Amino acid sequence: MTTRDLGHDAAPRVSFYNDPKIRGYIYQFIVAAVLVGFIFWIVKNTAANLAAQNKTTGFDFLWKTAGFDISFSLLPWSRASFYWEAFLVGILNTLLVAFIGIILATMLGFTLGIARLSSNFIISSLATIYIEVIRNIPLLLQLFFWYFAVLKAMPAVRNSIALPFDAFINQRGIMVPRPIPDEQFGFTWIGIALAIAAVIALRIWAKRRLEATGQRFPVFLVGLAILIVIPTIVFVVSGASVAFELPVLERFNFKGGLQIPPEFAALLLGLTIYTAAFIAETVRGGIQAVNHGQTEAAQSLGLKDNDRLRLIVIPQAMRVIVPPLTSQYLNLTKNSSLGAAIGYQELFNVFGGTSLNQTGRAIECIAMVMLVYLTFSLLTSALMNWYNARVKLVER
Amino acid sequence: MTDIGFVRSDLVEARPAPVRTTGAIAWAQKNLFSTPLDTVLTILGLLFLAWIVPPLYGFFFGNAVGPNGTVEQCRMENAGACWAYISSEMEFFIYGFYDIPEQWRPNIVFALGALLLVPLLIPKAPFKKTNAVLFLAVYPIVSYFLLAGGVFGLREIPTEKWGGLLVTLILSVIGITLSFPLGVILALGRQSSMPIIKTVCVGFIELIRAVPLITILFMASIMLPLFMPQGMTVDKFLRAIVGVTLFTSAYVAEVVRGGLQAIPRGQYEAASALGLGYWKRMWFIILPQALKHVIPGIVNNFIALFKDTSLVYIVGMKDLLEAVKTKNDTALEWQSGNTATTGYIFAAMVFWVFCFGMSRYSIYMERRLNTGYKR
Repeated sequence: MTTRDLGHDAAPRVSFYNDPKIRGYIYQFIVAAVLVGFIFWIVKNTAANLAAQNKTTGFDFLWKTAGFDISFSLLPWSRASFYWEAFLVGILNTLLVAFIGIILATMLGFTLGIARLSSNFIISSLATIYIEVIRNIPLLLQLFFWYFAVLKAMPAVRNSIALPFDAFINQRGIMVPRPIPDEQFGFTWIGIALAIAAVIALRIWAKRRLEATGQRFPVFLVGLAILIVIPTIVFVVSGASVAFELPVLERFNFKGGLQIPPEFAALLLGLTIYTAAFIAETVRGGIQAVNHGQTEAAQSLGLKDNDRLRLIVIPQAMRVIVPPLTSQYLNLTKNSSLGAAIGYQELFNVFGGTSLNQTGRAIECIAMVMLVYLTFSLLTSALMNWYNARVKLVER
Repeated sequence: MTDIGFVRSDLVEARPAPVRTTGAIAWAQKNLFSTPLDTVLTILGLLFLAWIVPPLYGFFFGNAVGPNGTVEQCRMENAGACWAYISSEMEFFIYGFYDIPEQWRPNIVFALGALLLVPLLIPKAPFKKTNAVLFLAVYPIVSYFLLAGGVFGLREIPTEKWGGLLVTLILSVIGITLSFPLGVILALGRQSSMPIIKTVCVGFIELIRAVPLITILFMASIMLPLFMPQGMTVDKFLRAIVGVTLFTSAYVAEVVRGGLQAIPRGQYEAASALGLGYWKRMWFIILPQALKHVIPGIVNNFIALFKDTSLVYIVGMKDLLEAVKTKNDTALEWQSGNTATTGYIFAAMVFWVFCFGMSRYSIYMERRLNTGYKR
């Protein structure tokens, strides 16, 4: 048997195009070249198209008068307002519906998620039916249903349906009493702030005492009592009062009170109901992800049911729940752009719709809208990364 | 040894055997009345059912106007769902403005699709490869020429006339078949060690995922014509497909990335050690394992895509939902208190059947492929 010298000292002879490193460079060069070429091509076409349509570009339009109506706005709005004000109004309307929607959807979603895991057959079946029905129907369809088939089908103003607490519902929306706090009410705000501070101090003290002596203190009940008692005392002592401005039916429409337009109500209802189904599934998944051994270990340590849930199961479940939960919140915020389809004047409707049509600055308007959503998304993922780093399992 | 306070020396009395562990009463005791709180919940649940079921039954069946009813019946006091409206407008809900004498063409497309899709979904059916090629490559081309016409003596029917369920299904099928491979490629690109490719993929995925679909579709409908050379127009249908596909592929990419990250490094190294190149390594070793992990996530994205097709009204297309809404708003001869509600409920039922079917199928597939991880 003869052996051949394979020349171990010399580098293997391969063609340069078979070297993975050089190949990598070539691939990347091709991708970069194609991409740059593509962008260049698009820019050139766009410039030519814009020139052919006699359109100008730039952000100068932001300081022009908008001249359209926004019926629901948190900022003072008139037809004389500028486009940049319309932009802000749109963002605020989006944030408003998203904020309230997130709170309501979280409450409903957690309730449903826990109900689905209930050992009670009827409760868990009801929750399952809700989740499976709502999750599999497009949100837009649900919004149309709530808006066109339910809220817009309400009786006319004359025949408004009266609800408890002086609220009314009709075609033009829901009218509820508006609370008007008087000047003395400022002290109550201070009282609330003091109570919150006291509860935080109580928690810290109770935790220190627990660690030092092992004695437990009913923080939750006492804290709740503080939160109720201190503001109430301040409210009574300062002699503040809250008047309610009631909605009153006049000749053609309701006057006074807080008037919730049907677009807002339908969007909020749809977003809440839809997102709650997804949150419920997230919660169920999170709780089921906690190893059963953890429950058994807690039981064998002698923890009561209450403590077992509070100290062992929920903290571990939250680690699984929170990341998908935040992305559900983000989804809700993005889905609020569907409000445009039922006439709620949120960011996309105001800026991607009306403003774009009036100014013809398609690229600028769309870019600004996208930038806002991109900011929301980046902020959310930054928050999520921070949370993940905080709750990460530290092994060894 | 005297400080032990209490030591039991005799056995505890055996407890009596449970009376019943099987049967309806035992089941009810365990699942409905195990604790006082449970009993309260059961009663509340039953009260809720008693409150909601009779009106729902009345609306859907009891007081509903059947498919052969008239609009006068629908307009009566206390009338329930107006199914007569649905049955009389069914043609529009399924085909949109597609010319009535030519409707055999979409019918053939539906039948052909079902014929090719069903054996593809049944794991035991033979000829998987041929079937897949037929469904993914031949079927779209045949369908396109059949629907659009203009060849073989078929009358040309522009895409503006397509509508209803036809559009919803075409968009979903094309969207799903295109976004899946695109998503896998993006996920591989994101995992790549080449910085430029990685940056491009990450940027694309994150940008798309950050913005709502409505803005992407809007961009496709307004910006795409701007991006094209002068005089070149892009069909509305194509714009919608581009928008929906790009959107879904970014989400699929993230799901697939999760699967890729779940594969142990040893698998990559073993494949390299066998001398497999990048594509072979991915195709034969990594992707089959990774994709198996993430079937539920991918199917969830497909369900989302199916639901999202309802947004194409942005680019001016009449999908099922938009067709129903148009008829609700314009069919004056069917105007009644419950017409709009019935229309939306019908659309919801159609969407629900498809989405629920997909999710059940994914659960079935997941169980079937769950080899080696469950004992």
